[in-house]
Amino acid sequence: MKKLKLFTSGIALCAASMAFANDDLIAQMDDPGQWAIQTGDYKNQRFSQLDQINAENVGDLQVAWTFSTGVLRGHEGSPLVIGDVMYVHTPFPNIVYALDLKNEGKIIWKYEPKQDPDVIPVMCCDTVNRGVAYADGKIFLHQADTKVVALNAETGAVEWEAQNGDPAIGETNTATVLPIKDKVIVGISGGEFGVRGHTTAYDMATGEQVWRAYSMGPDSDILADPEKTTHLGQPVGADSGTNTWEGDQWMIGGGTTWGWYSADLDENLFYYGTGNPSTWNPAQRPGDNRWSMTVMARDIDTGMAKWFYQMTPHDEWDYDGVNEMILSEQEIDGTERKLLTHFDRNGLAYTMDRVSGELLVAEKFDPVVNWTTGVDMDPASDTYGRPAVVAQYSTAQNGEDVNTTGVCPAALGTKDQQPAAYSPETQMFYVPTNHVCMDYEPFRVSYTAGQPYVGATLSMYPAPDSHGGMGNFIAWDNINGEIKWSIPEKFSVWSGALATAGDIVFYGTLEGHLKAVHAETGEELYRFKTPSGIIGNVMTYTSDGRQYVGILSGVGGWAGIGLAAGLTNPNDGLGAVGGYAALSDYTALGGQLTVFALPN
Amino acid sequence: MNIKHCTIALGLAVGLPMTALAESQVDPAIYEVAESEDGRHYTEDGTPTFNIAEDGTVDWLTFSGFRRYHAECHVCHGPDGEGSTYAPAVKNSAIDLGYDQFFEVVVNGRENGNSVMPHFGDNRNVMCYLDDIYVYLKARGLDAVPRGRPAKKEAKSDVIREDEDACMG
Repeated sequence: MKKLKLFTSGIALCAASMAFANDDLIAQMDDPGQWAIQTGDYKNQRFSQLDQINAENVGDLQVAWTFSTGVLRGHEGSPLVIGDVMYVHTPFPNIVYALDLKNEGKIIWKYEPKQDPDVIPVMCCDTVNRGVAYADGKIFLHQADTKVVALNAETGAVEWEAQNGDPAIGETNTATVLPIKDKVIVGISGGEFGVRGHTTAYDMATGEQVWRAYSMGPDSDILADPEKTTHLGQPVGADSGTNTWEGDQWMIGGGTTWGWYSADLDENLFYYGTGNPSTWNPAQRPGDNRWSMTVMARDIDTGMAKWFYQMTPHDEWDYDGVNEMILSEQEIDGTERKLLTHFDRNGLAYTMDRVSGELLVAEKFDPVVNWTTGVDMDPASDTYGRPAVVAQYSTAQNGEDVNTTGVCPAALGTKDQQPAAYSPETQMFYVPTNHVCMDYEPFRVSYTAGQPYVGATLSMYPAPDSHGGMGNFIAWDNINGEIKWSIPEKFSVWSGALATAGDIVFYGTLEGHLKAVHAETGEELYRFKTPSGIIGNVMTYTSDGRQYVGILSGVGGWAGIGLAAGLTNPNDGLGAVGGYAALSDYTALGGQLTVFALPN
Repeated sequence: MNIKHCTIALGLAVGLPMTALAESQVDPAIYEVAESEDGRHYTEDGTPTFNIAEDGTVDWLTFSGFRRYHAECHVCHGPDGEGSTYAPAVKNSAIDLGYDQFFEVVVNGRENGNSVMPHFGDNRNVMCYLDDIYVYLKARGLDAVPRGRPAKKEAKSDVIREDEDACMG
């Protein structure tokens, strides 16, 4: 009955005053029986206090119920649970279902937007969507065509709509939104179409645009203060979003914002990362290309930047910086600090002070990472905070029309968007990773609005001289910058992890397994093969006092493109062609939610 | 000469999954080189085609097609034209559709429910390399070139370079 009360009170609050909208969502997030936001909480920890299912009994887990989404493409993200209602989303056409958990998952309402199918081919790498958000009695859906829709959580009725971007110039959306205070903060996709990335806040009650912060451009566009906005402790200065670009290239400069967002209400800051600069051919965009590839800390109310940190200046490998920023409070050298931990596509895991933007740790989280020897950690150095690039693996130094071989990681990164989890109990991060390397050849491209703007060809293959698989699931110590344990996987791990107070960590595999491992040791405790490959994120909730674990299956996304037919290593010679596992030998399309529980 | 090339290609195809069409099942007229000019190769009816030497050296267009395919097309159609979880293996399309229809679909796109091929008619990164992509996929569809990056290639001819510069602007 507790959940029902919370839900009712949420509705009452929203009717009373907007100022309480955020209190409602915070109450839902603080209740471990709910799964109120895609990221678990504002810290993006993906940690649940629930321990009914634990290391002792998880081996007995059974399927409790299932639900077909009716859609075949790649299913990222997860359902939400608010009160006794579960909200399930799908890839394009972005259907939302409200399911009654008190009535065997009966469909309370279904919302299916009308979208122009022309948006489909403008979406790089499948038509995924990473889920809906809840606040203030509303469900927020950010559609593929960049329309942001607020639905009445009880009825599914549209309360407002806002058009965030223009698919005709390649602007699309795959991400969820961040509902915070009286705003809904949203990003944009399209880095492979020459889109200039932006992050935008809408009024939660009306859908009116409040502010927009571009990733590059004049100071008034990027919402940076030349004196107060800092990069590694120094003011960024005037025109920081244009003065590391040549000519007008910044106008089609990329730096899109399609990852997960976290927030610290006490600091009034939210955090996200920006993607690759456009094009993939570095020769066409000399300079550091700020502020692509950047960790951003911005004010929730105004969008003004407090600090930036550019991880990969002048990207040469498509190492988007969009992965989630996980917030934690931990002791370093005897002092408790407010930290931000980020596992970047470039293969480095960064630990930062999230208040000041100070860089504390930057270490490789896969030993095969070879494009850099590491980050300069000396604040007195001219190259402080910059990664030292290894000439052999520099596609910029090797130049246009030269095939740079053996670069680790591949463009999909040591980790892509699939979110990691953090357990405050073990103080370890549980990270789904890719173990894939590449050859990369940049060449000249011309820009046409709404058309792919890539400019490089690449071949990807499992990391050479390793276990032969394309992924690992690792436990990471963010203070010492060390891998604690690593589980080799046949395919990239493309599923978001969940850690719980039951000493277990869940994740999914591309073959379709839901796995549970021990949080301390990584020992496998349970596996079940769901109907299709998993690229969704594990979530948990309670209903009538019973703990459930839910996961979306439905193979697709980048993984479904690159791995469907298997990878080949062109450097291995003909004998190895076809020698690597093909995902299509293990799984086929199919969108399904599988919910697990212990036997009654 | 071309008959010999095909024999080598067939030899390479042994042991690979039979998702590609074997050349023996296909009328040689659709791929055999009848005419060559300035590094470009054509069949009897004037359709662009690939040319692969005995040592595996591919003509420039086939190599260029590999490159452009893996920039513009592979994000849907997968590496080496092998298809993805949602888009077809286009290595077969170059043969099934024929040159004219292949050209028409790439320029104008087509739609079948939620399966949508975009139109590339105004994209110079595709249109300036349409013959390149076509001959590459035709070679892939016939297993005349293996998966992956062609190991050896002919140099780009002056005429091809001039045409490319003129097209890309």
